[in-house]
Amino acid sequence: MSLEPATVAPLLAEFPFEWNYIRSIVRVSLYVSITAVALSTAFSLPVALLVGFREFPGKTLLASIINTGMGFPSVVVGLVVLFTVSNEGPLGSWDLVFTPEAMILSQFVLAAPVITGVSLAAVSSVEQNVRDAAYAMGGTRFDVALVTIKEARYGIATAVLAGFGRAISEVGSVLIVGGNIANADGTSVTRTLTTAIQLEARQGRFRTAMILGAILVALVLLVNALVVRLGNGGGGRYG
Amino acid sequence: MAIQRRAFVGGIGATVAVGLAGCTALGGDESGDQPTISDETLTLTTTTSTYDTGLLDEVNGSFQDRYGVTVDTVSQGTGAAIETGRSGDADVVMVHARSQEDEFMNDGYAINRRDLMFNDFVVVGEPDDPAGIADGDDAVEAFTQIADSESTFVSRGDNSGTHTKEREIWAEAGFDDDFGEWYLEAGQGMGEVLVQTAQQGGYTLADRGTYLSMIDEIDLEIHVDGPVEDGPEILANPYGIFAINPAVHENANYDLAMAYIGFLTSVEGQDIIDEYTVEGEQLFFPRALAEEPNYHQYVPEDWDGSDQ
Repeated sequence: MSLEPATVAPLLAEFPFEWNYIRSIVRVSLYVSITAVALSTAFSLPVALLVGFREFPGKTLLASIINTGMGFPSVVVGLVVLFTVSNEGPLGSWDLVFTPEAMILSQFVLAAPVITGVSLAAVSSVEQNVRDAAYAMGGTRFDVALVTIKEARYGIATAVLAGFGRAISEVGSVLIVGGNIANADGTSVTRTLTTAIQLEARQGRFRTAMILGAILVALVLLVNALVVRLGNGGGGRYG
Repeated sequence: MAIQRRAFVGGIGATVAVGLAGCTALGGDESGDQPTISDETLTLTTTTSTYDTGLLDEVNGSFQDRYGVTVDTVSQGTGAAIETGRSGDADVVMVHARSQEDEFMNDGYAINRRDLMFNDFVVVGEPDDPAGIADGDDAVEAFTQIADSESTFVSRGDNSGTHTKEREIWAEAGFDDDFGEWYLEAGQGMGEVLVQTAQQGGYTLADRGTYLSMIDEIDLEIHVDGPVEDGPEILANPYGIFAINPAVHENANYDLAMAYIGFLTSVEGQDIIDEYTVEGEQLFFPRALAEEPNYHQYVPEDWDGSDQ
């Protein structure tokens, strides 16, 4: 299907709620996915460092479990999170169902194994003698961790990007726990780019869905470019 | 051509830039845009048919202006909408499958049911009509012909109100589970099923509202009309609305749910439903206002007046 500018311009004018609609959807998408990835990173990095540095029985099994988590089907995660946050579930009293926070929770569950797994591989590949040298120079455990992170920064950046890609592009869990809600004036509450695309496709408005899809791809591209740039320019920041 | 393409890419870039700018700009003054009398949120679960037609945006906009209450609408199939209410994650439920509503009332979860509005189902299919059912006035007969000619039939297959009605018609036609390969269960919403039917060729049962709202996007024709156009009564499609019982789910927002039901069944709410059109066609017909008493809307249809 070709998207000629001549057909795109009137399409944008015909958008159901125009800019407010798109803007709020993009905002919800970014808010949910960036928060989820930030939380996942804060959780996953220490875990990756801890597991990566130590030798203990069952380490291979643990790594396998983490790697399996990378492939969790998002609808299953959505279902489990729904039962957790539902009124009758263990977190029912927090009133999280059909909120962006519930979506953050499910994307956290999806992104964390990816970030942990890829970071673990990156951290493990930092050579033992680099860590030994840091120790030998009188570094504390914290210093050694910092040196390792610095050495593995490209791998860790890749891990975060992979986690972000998984979070912002998944549709199954956010649809279930978020409910794809937009207000009557078109302001998104829990509608993300992916669930909006699903809705537009359901209503047969394929061209609108395509445009939302283009925005999604552009966003992911933008975030990737930003992170790569940070990685190149910020080399000395960790040391 | 190349320049045009660059203009398109530029347009997308601008879209993203504006979108991102909006993210920061909107953060602070969000609450200033909306009338906030009570600043509360009401969760409504409903069917895809009421949502996809755009009716709810119209009704909820007026309700929000009046009460300052935000309505979070989750559109699911009737079965899923009721299940969400059952677990206490919704405050008010609007669906169209009386048998499922009755069961829900009998289980004690739903109270204060009202008849809200109606439209009808239509049997739609590809224009060249391979099963030869066009202009019939008997839905059961049409379904039998579809089965006999083994024409493709796309079923919702999602326990929705439309699916419930479809199975009822199949049962009348003498089919319960013994369908052939021509019978496809999509497991999707009405809009998706219409799109699928149009692309695959074949027939499906649709509510008139969703069909009309998508008439520009799909190449399907009505072959058997419902009662709105003097078709058979079996194709009637009544919508009911009810609140979640606060005695069962303590945190259900019962007073707001009743305000919402009250608004929708008021003269003003019924007028909004009556006046809502898509492409000049009325999609829903109000049903809540009647001078004569209508006790059956409050209780399960088979209730005989006895206490338990």
